[in-house]
Amino acid sequence: MILTTNDVLNIISNISEVIEANKQYLTDLDAAIGDADHGINLDRGFKAVKEKMPQFSDKDIGTILKNVGMVLVSTVGGASGPLYGTFFMRMGNAVSGKSTIDDNEIVAMFEAGLSGIKERGKAQAGDKTMIDAIEPALNELKKSLEDGLKFNEALNIAVNASYNGVEMTKKIAARRGRASYLGDRSIGHQDPGATSAYLMIKTAAEYMDKLQ
Amino acid sequence: MVGIVIVSHSKKVADGLYELADQMTGGKIKIGKSGGTKDGRLGTNVDEIVEEIKKCESGDGVLILVDLGSSVMSAQMALEFLDEEYAGKVEIADAPLVEGTIAASVEASIGSDILKVKAVAEAAKNLVKI
Repeated sequence: MILTTNDVLNIISNISEVIEANKQYLTDLDAAIGDADHGINLDRGFKAVKEKMPQFSDKDIGTILKNVGMVLVSTVGGASGPLYGTFFMRMGNAVSGKSTIDDNEIVAMFEAGLSGIKERGKAQAGDKTMIDAIEPALNELKKSLEDGLKFNEALNIAVNASYNGVEMTKKIAARRGRASYLGDRSIGHQDPGATSAYLMIKTAAEYMDKLQ
Repeated sequence: MVGIVIVSHSKKVADGLYELADQMTGGKIKIGKSGGTKDGRLGTNVDEIVEEIKKCESGDGVLILVDLGSSVMSAQMALEFLDEEYAGKVEIADAPLVEGTIAASVEASIGSDILKVKAVAEAAKNLVKI
């Protein structure tokens, strides 16, 4: 798998569309356990990303991702701004100056993004956050590649792991963010952050799958 | 003197708290405020927090007071975005927003250093009201 600058721009553009299409769904999930703005906030952020994309679309992949992160940080407004902002900025740092990236670099980039989110939110797997959708995906991706699977097969397994991570968030109580104030009353509700993270991972994976 | 920056999800909360703290300190210290997003929604705005810190830093440092969630993370990102010259001079207090801001503002107005101002803000957690 080789991703070019253009592929990365297409993936970001696809993510913007998926977030827009799921704006209400994400906001409804957040209405149950948060402040009912997750979808609306993210949609504003990605709309701003799309608007500003022409200003950085001729740059390398690292710079593009860092810019996406900066735009999210300054436009989202809720906690998902600094969290996804850090995710994209760290991914950008991991592939600084590159105009194409290979399998290993994609994995390293994803890993850097995840550790950024964990540091920013001081959270870990099992806290009922976006990490519950991202970490299983990364772990399965790495494991499948080590087992010798092709990249698109590994991606497929990663997306399933991410989906299962989202399902798992229904069974646990929130320990971070606004939902944590609800304690055990948050059990039974699907985490909106994990859901948006899954949607992004799925969108990126579907795009990469078509490239092979 | 140490400057104070108030960060809330709500512009009204930030404005109202600014008003209280400014009255308590009689305009002696620089107090900045950032509440809500650029487009007027509830939320926080990293760019504005950076600007307010710069406005309030006069050499003795700046203490940031935050409400919840994204205001904490946005304040932390603002610190990362500031230049080297601010390194070690800007602190975020782990304090209740209203009580901490008032306590810190008064402490700053009598000329205490940033660590003392921060400690006083954080001690506001233990304030017994009734």
